[in-house]
Amino acid sequence: MADEKIKSPKIQATEQMKQLITEYYIDAKTTKLPEGSHKPICWITSGGPVEFLIAADVIPIYPENHGAMCGAARIAPGLAEVAEKMGFSRDLCSYARADIGGALTESGAIPGGLPKPDFLLCCNNICGTVVKWYEELARIFDVPMFLFDTPFIHVEKPEHATEYVRQQCLELVKFLEERTGSGFSLERFAEVAMLSVEAVDLWKGVLATAESRPSPFTCFDAFIHMAPIVTLRGTQKVVDYYKLLKKEMEDRVAQGVGAVHDEKYRLIWDNIPIWYEMRNLGNLFAENRACLVADTYTTAWAVDIRIEDPLTSMADAYTKVYLNISIDIMLEQLVELMERYEADGLVMHSNRSCKPYSLGQYDLSRAVAERTGKPSLIIEADMTDSRVYSEAQTRERVEAFIESL
Amino acid sequence: MPVAGVDIGSLTAKAVVLQGREVLSTSLTQTGHNSRVAGRRALDMALDRMGLDEGSLGFIVATGYGRTAADFAGERITEITCHARGANRTHPEARTVIDLGGQDSKAIAIDERGKVLDFVMNDKCSAGTGRFLEVMASALEVELDDLGSLSLESTSPASISSVCTVFAESEVVSRVAEGAPKVDIIAGIHQAIASRIYAMAARIPTNEALIITGGVARNIGVVRALEQKFDTRIVVPEMPQHMGALGAAIIAGEHHE
Repeated sequence: MADEKIKSPKIQATEQMKQLITEYYIDAKTTKLPEGSHKPICWITSGGPVEFLIAADVIPIYPENHGAMCGAARIAPGLAEVAEKMGFSRDLCSYARADIGGALTESGAIPGGLPKPDFLLCCNNICGTVVKWYEELARIFDVPMFLFDTPFIHVEKPEHATEYVRQQCLELVKFLEERTGSGFSLERFAEVAMLSVEAVDLWKGVLATAESRPSPFTCFDAFIHMAPIVTLRGTQKVVDYYKLLKKEMEDRVAQGVGAVHDEKYRLIWDNIPIWYEMRNLGNLFAENRACLVADTYTTAWAVDIRIEDPLTSMADAYTKVYLNISIDIMLEQLVELMERYEADGLVMHSNRSCKPYSLGQYDLSRAVAERTGKPSLIIEADMTDSRVYSEAQTRERVEAFIESL
Repeated sequence: MPVAGVDIGSLTAKAVVLQGREVLSTSLTQTGHNSRVAGRRALDMALDRMGLDEGSLGFIVATGYGRTAADFAGERITEITCHARGANRTHPEARTVIDLGGQDSKAIAIDERGKVLDFVMNDKCSAGTGRFLEVMASALEVELDDLGSLSLESTSPASISSVCTVFAESEVVSRVAEGAPKVDIIAGIHQAIASRIYAMAARIPTNEALIITGGVARNIGVVRALEQKFDTRIVVPEMPQHMGALGAAIIAGEHHE
């Protein structure tokens, strides 16, 4: 089939997004204060409470975002090899391996690699690996690390868990005051939290436009356009950006413009994207008239923060993220997603790197089939380590799955 | 008007020419390095046998890993769908298809019309596939086609615990060094394959109406080991390697109508 026939129209806002992210990395790499020092830089995990850093005028840097960029640029395996040569197992998360490799060789998707951290903020709401990974970074850079510990939610979140995390918010404030040498303004924090809420609401609005038939974008687009909500929420720029993107998607809905030519099947994606295969996979599904209308990944940043009590609600929100909940709660959210987006099936990426995301997928797929009657497909791959990916096998599975729908 | 199905697999390319429900002709050839040429050769061979040419065909469907290269086909369908349809045509009672091909193995759950309900495939690993058996045959210096009958002579199968082709090969070499009889080693290899396929197939609903397709189905030793593992009789169709091409031809026939 001719490429232009199946290819979705280009999202105009992409240019602004690229500019926003480029500026962010340039700022982070070139920040200098008059007295010869620089704005403090903190490396933070993807599920970490970035609002505190923004409020303290600290530049947040996300190794995982950089890992995704290295994956998309297909340079992650080379960086991972550096870590592997040091003795890190190939079974370890490929973001961690690529990041450690990049930190040691000062290289990556950004020229010269990521700007060095002054301190680290590690939140374990996404996995346990980040703790050991950040400890390694603390050794490499000889900088302090703050561990933001979010208890796993098995059934319901007990009240003391919220209080425990809220206390850590206060400790984090103290940590930041010590590191930056200036007082933490709760007023400024409330402002940042408000902007964060606004950006999150806009992002939710963007994702909700995919409920329309045809869907104006695919999850592959969402994976690209999630970068600002992950890295820079709490800033005005991000709010402005998502206003623009939401308007464009709403216009598409109004004009009946679909991301996939002649959309026939609507599917949900589970797990982190296969960054080096995004374009090929996007084309493969589009060729088969299948649109991945939503996913469990980008919705992870659509958390609720109540402005009247930002600390408590943040403690609550950061503890309840998708990877910090039991499989039963995950199932409820998956079923809700399948129903809300009227999906015909579920595509699960069994991600060799991400154990908390991939463990239980066979059970989830069975449970989803029982609850919704919809089938699932499991693709075996890795988010950035293309050495464990088989293109021909994946094509086979995807096409056979769609043929069976 | 006759129609054709062409299955371009990793090791062999197969064609089936069909008129209504009657198989007019079949062919099988090595795939080699060029999928398109192999598919074309398989098709020409099958047509030549009937004195037909491509112009006399109503429709052609291609399947198998090389299907995207089959520029002569009107449609391309995965071999998962095609094996399901082929198996359903020859054995309508079958509800689980185990397809053991050159480089992959699959278990497919189907309904009474041959529609795919669910399927699983091996991961990026050749254990349990034709390639695995080729490596083992070469390590033991026996002909691939003799593996099946030799293994039936075994009274005490050797233990081959590894499911990895490379590790299993070194295990086989160790067993040879220990002086284990070849027939027992071969039987052990077949049991290892059966365990792996059984574990994989357990992820989808399987029932007693099992059919085996693909080149490995020609190995009676693997079939017996699978029967033991699944604790049921497994149907081996007359031409297991051609089931994908047959399914493709059936779909071609539907297009032609």
